[in-house]
Amino acid sequence: MLRQTWWKILCVLLLAYTVIAGFLGSVPAKPIVNETIRNLYFHVAMWMAMMVFLSISVAYAVLYLRKSRPVYDIYSLEYAKVGIVFGTLGIITGSEWAGFTWGAFWSNDPKQLGAVIAMLIYYAYLVFRNGIPDIDKRARLGAVYNIFAFAMLFPTIWILPRMVESLHPGGMGGNPAFNDLDARMALVWVGGAIPGWTLLGIWIATLRIRLALLEEKNYSNRR
Amino acid sequence: MSEHIKNIINLLRKDLLLEVRQQYTFYGILLYVTATIFVLYLSMGQPEGPVWKGLFWMIQLFICVNAVAKSFLQEGRGRLLYFYSIAGARDFILAKLLFNALLMILMSGVSLVLFLFMLGDPMGHVGYFVLISCLGGVSLSLVFTFLSALAARAQQGAALMAILGFPLVIPQLMLLNRISTIAFEDVLQGGLGWMLAIMAALDLLLIVMAIILFPFLWKD
Repeated sequence: MLRQTWWKILCVLLLAYTVIAGFLGSVPAKPIVNETIRNLYFHVAMWMAMMVFLSISVAYAVLYLRKSRPVYDIYSLEYAKVGIVFGTLGIITGSEWAGFTWGAFWSNDPKQLGAVIAMLIYYAYLVFRNGIPDIDKRARLGAVYNIFAFAMLFPTIWILPRMVESLHPGGMGGNPAFNDLDARMALVWVGGAIPGWTLLGIWIATLRIRLALLEEKNYSNRR
Repeated sequence: MSEHIKNIINLLRKDLLLEVRQQYTFYGILLYVTATIFVLYLSMGQPEGPVWKGLFWMIQLFICVNAVAKSFLQEGRGRLLYFYSIAGARDFILAKLLFNALLMILMSGVSLVLFLFMLGDPMGHVGYFVLISCLGGVSLSLVFTFLSALAARAQQGAALMAILGFPLVIPQLMLLNRISTIAFEDVLQGGLGWMLAIMAALDLLLIVMAIILFPFLWKD
């Protein structure tokens, strides 16, 4: 499964479709956002992909706590790293979008704040792991913190921003979310962008996992 | 069930007795509180409402980090193993959470008194603020107790606990800051019920996570 090429070719095709249709395709003309609504394919799709990766990461963390196989820890770490990269990209693309539509790159919007907090919690996860020299302890404590960090994602990104006034869709300020998504955009978004970015992240993660497994096999064989 | 409660009460009593006897730890925190607030007063004078509020929660954060840091870091490895084997990991963590919550309530009270004394009293409803500061103290202590358990296992100490902890408490601090406005002005705080509910839900989430995850931490 990891080595098969069909889903990698699919990933390239989907992303090519996303980028081309994203920039050349027609989009509805909404006030304020105008053409920048194309960022839906990048910013929002990357956040969705990030949630997928972090969910996979926490699933492997739970598996590790139940069965203690080192390979679960490697999977958990690499998916978390890919999730963190996509989350950071999400914040960057988001502030870029905000710069054009809301007037400033950083607007103290609750969802922006929540996203930064969530990313800080995951960065702390990486720092925490690095500070533990013993491999097994690192895996176990890392798994515990991973579960904790994932649980904190929900209040910070999904729940709190919806409870207060926000410039993002879905907040109490009255900005409707994806209720009236145009059919053309929905095709590119659901059919192209979300699967494309998700497959790309899985590709990157599996490559890194294979590398880590090879390194570990090398290390244990040498002794 | 009653055996669990007995265990928890015994562990709590053990912690309380230790605090009463080794008084240097308790007085150490008290001195830290006093010194910090005094330095704050010297630099800020008597600020107005919003600034007062923000400063209060910042000081609470640092007091909590210092007060809770010692809870796991001061016990030796052998003694921890002894406690786990006689009482079980869950009872142990519940007793620790309870003890640190009580400690923080006390420290919140002390720091509130000192704040009112030195930095003035810009608020209208002190009674509300007493309750809110207790809630805030308990919430912060829950986060840092669990993190101190993690950091103690990693042998990294208080610095790592602070690094891990600050992102996690930001939502709580923001909520507390907004909730405390009801003590300052007579405005109708929109969504107050929701904010209190979310605070309570966050605290409950933390307690549940601590109870579930702590047993995995102590197996060495």
